[in-house]
Amino acid sequence: MLRARFLIPLAVFAVMVVFLGVGLTLNPREVPSPLINKPEPPFQLPQLHAPDKTFAQKDMLGKVWMLNVWASWCVACREEHPHLVELARSGVVPIYGLNYKDERADGIAWLARFGNPYQLSAYDRDGRIGIDYGVYGVPETYVIDKAGVIRYKRIGIVSPEIVRDKILPLVKELNGNG
Amino acid sequence: MGKLLALLLGLVLAGSAIAKEAPTAAADPLLEKRVMALAAELRCLVCQNQTIADSHAELAVDLKNQVREKLKQGESEEKIIEYMVARYGDFVLYKPPVKATTLPLWIGPFVLLLAALVGLYYYIARRRRSAPAQTLNAEEEARVRALLDAPEERP
Repeated sequence: MLRARFLIPLAVFAVMVVFLGVGLTLNPREVPSPLINKPEPPFQLPQLHAPDKTFAQKDMLGKVWMLNVWASWCVACREEHPHLVELARSGVVPIYGLNYKDERADGIAWLARFGNPYQLSAYDRDGRIGIDYGVYGVPETYVIDKAGVIRYKRIGIVSPEIVRDKILPLVKELNGNG
Repeated sequence: MGKLLALLLGLVLAGSAIAKEAPTAAADPLLEKRVMALAAELRCLVCQNQTIADSHAELAVDLKNQVREKLKQGESEEKIIEYMVARYGDFVLYKPPVKATTLPLWIGPFVLLLAALVGLYYYIARRRRSAPAQTLNAEEEARVRALLDAPEERP
């Protein structure tokens, strides 16, 4: 009886350690997106480099592709950019950009300076499409399957580890099953 | 003198012209009130411990504009909440909905309170059992009575 009583604080402590330990590994910035496994929101936007041409999400039906939200004012995008350029060079998955709340000239200059991994970029001046995609921090990246369903969302930088462990296997799986 | 007056008048008018900026709030006070009431229920995802009503982050301003526009189009408050949840998840709600995944959040405090009350009850019950019953013998009883009956002494 006495021994059991001494164990109570230890048990409480253990439970707290478990809870706090799990809490430490969670990132409050990574809000689970309700858009996973949902059809992507439709959009039709002018292209960044060709204002008179548009890009619509339905143009991409039948392909597995990646949508990367970026902006010239986004510092983290600069860090992410080389990884995207490398991924684009490998040709595994076509990457399309969504230039988010940016000045057109700034966006074009930014790509000219750092390299352009995108097949093309859609130009979302007022961020309206960003809201539809639940964007709240740039960069964000989506992997979309042949049926136009969002299968993966990454909030924050796409690192080489993310590419290797998440994106490449998923793209392979999506291409294989379709 | 006349020139000076004109200059002063000009300055005063210029001041009121500058003061006319910020037209969004003044346009329709009733609508603005509804926008702010709704915005107070939505979390700003950039600055997570603020509502979009409190926040001046760019996204919060955009979302407020979105809310304003939708209210103007005659959409109901529930519809707009649904719209936000569809995009940003339950996390966007400052008051989480009651459902299976959030149940511990809602009933957790009450469970803890109940556990504490049960623990307290058993603790008191055990103390009462272990303490020897305190009864007075005749002599003690007489002393108590004498003390109680004695005239009150003022310190």
